[in-house]
Amino acid sequence: MGYNFHFIDVWHARDELLDGAWLTIRLSAVSMVLSLLVAVIGAFGRTSGPKWVQRLIAAYVEFIRNTPFLVQVFVIFFGLPGIGIRLEANTGALIAMVLNGSAYTIEIVRAGIEAISHGQVEAAFALGLHRVQVFRKVVLPQALRAVFAPLGSQFILLMLNSSIVSVISADELTAAAQDIQSRTFRSFEVYIITIGIYLVLSLSFSGVFALLNRIFFPRLEAR
Amino acid sequence: MRSINAGDFLYLLTAMRWTIMLSVIAFIGGGIVGAAIALMRVSSRRWLRWVAVGYIQIFQGTPLLLQLFLVFFGSDMLGVPLPPWFAASLGLSLNAGAFLGEIWRGSIQAVPRSQREAATALGLHYFTMMRKIIVPQAMRIATAPTVGFLVNLVKATSLAAIIGFIELTRAGQLINNATFHPFTIFSTVAVLYFLLCWPLTIASRKLEQRMAVAYNR
Repeated sequence: MGYNFHFIDVWHARDELLDGAWLTIRLSAVSMVLSLLVAVIGAFGRTSGPKWVQRLIAAYVEFIRNTPFLVQVFVIFFGLPGIGIRLEANTGALIAMVLNGSAYTIEIVRAGIEAISHGQVEAAFALGLHRVQVFRKVVLPQALRAVFAPLGSQFILLMLNSSIVSVISADELTAAAQDIQSRTFRSFEVYIITIGIYLVLSLSFSGVFALLNRIFFPRLEAR
Repeated sequence: MRSINAGDFLYLLTAMRWTIMLSVIAFIGGGIVGAAIALMRVSSRRWLRWVAVGYIQIFQGTPLLLQLFLVFFGSDMLGVPLPPWFAASLGLSLNAGAFLGEIWRGSIQAVPRSQREAATALGLHYFTMMRKIIVPQAMRIATAPTVGFLVNLVKATSLAAIIGFIELTRAGQLINNATFHPFTIFSTVAVLYFLLCWPLTIASRKLEQRMAVAYNR
């Protein structure tokens, strides 16, 4: 084809890419933590709340999981100002990611809760623990241990989805790549490098999750 | 700026068929790639397994949006410009192949080992064994998660809007540019996606329950 690759332009813009990657990491990490918090509360409501709370959470989960993230971003970022709520790009991105991420994590945590044998809960009640104590001390730790792996994969998907918030010009990695592309016209080089950075990010996140799993949930038989 | 009228909703409804069309094309393309990946993944040759693992890692470990950018802008740059619909179909197929390959590998491996051993003992050739013994059983196991994945695929087609292919999301953007009622328009777009995806989610769940019953008997 006789095309010469010019990676030098990308190299000159490396700081911009690294800044973008750093924002992607922060945005992802914060939305992972917030999603997990929302998911724990949501899964508690979904499994042991009043009927109307259960229905409401189920409807929320179902609606988010059956619509594209891109459209959710549009509704939040372009739609909300129309009804008087104005958001800065990075805040809008974070809200969209948490709303989206928590719907998936509620389902995962709920599956973990429902997998716990009923005897555990009965025993905890028999010991005189309060409903919230039973959830916090008996149900939740076991549920999180059981679903740690799917939770980790879901969080990596959340990180990859963060590339979509570039459409509202939050200046994360994908937005930085588009910016460099529009300046240098080296689309192939910029995007291949950016894809490489995302690959490193997702491998690093799964490494961190494996480490956290060993710290929080050491193997029982290893003791 | 003008107000939204019935024609706009009709436009969204007709744009839905491009979303459906793109989903079907990507499912067929992804199915072909996925079948190859699944077979490579369970192959007895190590290098084939490694290639498949690498493929899955790259496509599942990077954002679909950038994969589409690379296909669309990259192809243009390398002197073979692809129209948006083709770039979107190609990118989505390559991506779906990685996910379907992983689902189908799991299904193939869920078929009891003894089936494979019995087929080998009968002297069946690899392809005959796969076609007549393993794949028919694996397909039953794979149905529920494959239908579940279709939901993801339909949602993923929305990203084609960003490279300029006019499907449901892009149609919503175009109407919004003319009328500027983003909340109404994008909520409607979301509801239309929901109407496409929800039946698939329900079907996948039903199939899963039926399989669970069949296995607990």
